[in-house]
Amino acid sequence: MLAAIAFYVLAAVAIASAFGVIAARNPVHSVLFLILTFLNGAGLFVLLGAEFLAMLLIVVYVGAVAVLFLFVVMMLDVDFAELKQGFLSYLPIGAIVAVLLFGELLLVASAAMSARGAPIALAPAQPGEVTNAEALGRVLYTDYLLAFQMAGLVLFVAMVGAIVLTLRHRPGVKKQDIAAQVGRKRSEAVELKDVRPGQGLG
Amino acid sequence: MEITLAHYLFVAAALFTIGVFGIFVNRKNVIIILMSIELVLLSVNINLVAFSAFLQNLDGQVFAMMVLTVAAAEAAVGLAILVTYFRNRGGIAVEDINQMRG
Repeated sequence: MLAAIAFYVLAAVAIASAFGVIAARNPVHSVLFLILTFLNGAGLFVLLGAEFLAMLLIVVYVGAVAVLFLFVVMMLDVDFAELKQGFLSYLPIGAIVAVLLFGELLLVASAAMSARGAPIALAPAQPGEVTNAEALGRVLYTDYLLAFQMAGLVLFVAMVGAIVLTLRHRPGVKKQDIAAQVGRKRSEAVELKDVRPGQGLG
Repeated sequence: MEITLAHYLFVAAALFTIGVFGIFVNRKNVIIILMSIELVLLSVNINLVAFSAFLQNLDGQVFAMMVLTVAAAEAAVGLAILVTYFRNRGGIAVEDINQMRG
């Protein structure tokens, strides 16, 4: 009973805030709605018994992706009111596509449900006493080791790509050049002068 | 009041639809389009985790993790491209992105 109430509240807030993401006038509000959607999605994951993935969703999305979005929205000096124009002109075609898509998805889901009968009742996906994180780790580091490593590679390439794309060298900025500093020879820096008494260097 | 798999599929379908709808109605704003893609990926994750929980098979959660990884990488690279584009052109209107004539 309590789980049902929690599900309905989380689902309703998730869908409402997803609407907020696409309808908000201010993109900062959009990002905040996105964060709310992800938090509710994480709540749904907890209800489903996937605690580890729920925490991962919060850490990765709310902690990293949403903050990245916020940074970009605030960094770029864009007239968002101008970008919002045309919202109404695209509304009819968007609504038609959305209704069609939603109908199709519901058809597929209901057809699958009726063909296979009611699925097994909700239960944690891991056996017995093992926690969700431990069970997930056991699967991830054995059966899906290659996929796991490839995921790491994807993240690495994305990191390098993002840095390469955004790094720029402005001319005229003074920087410390450690190689030049370390590679300096004594012969270039110090010179021994034979100074005669009473005359100075002149 | 039993919550079945169909309930979760309904929520995921709604989120997916909203994401696609957002791509359609915000055709001028790349940032909102990227956020809509994130919504779509979240709905896919909900589907994967729901099936994983109801079929008692952990593979779905592993796949959800992979989707999460790719989504994070995509957001990072997408926003980096956006920042570079803004520096070069001084705006992010989607209509102006036609230099490559694709």
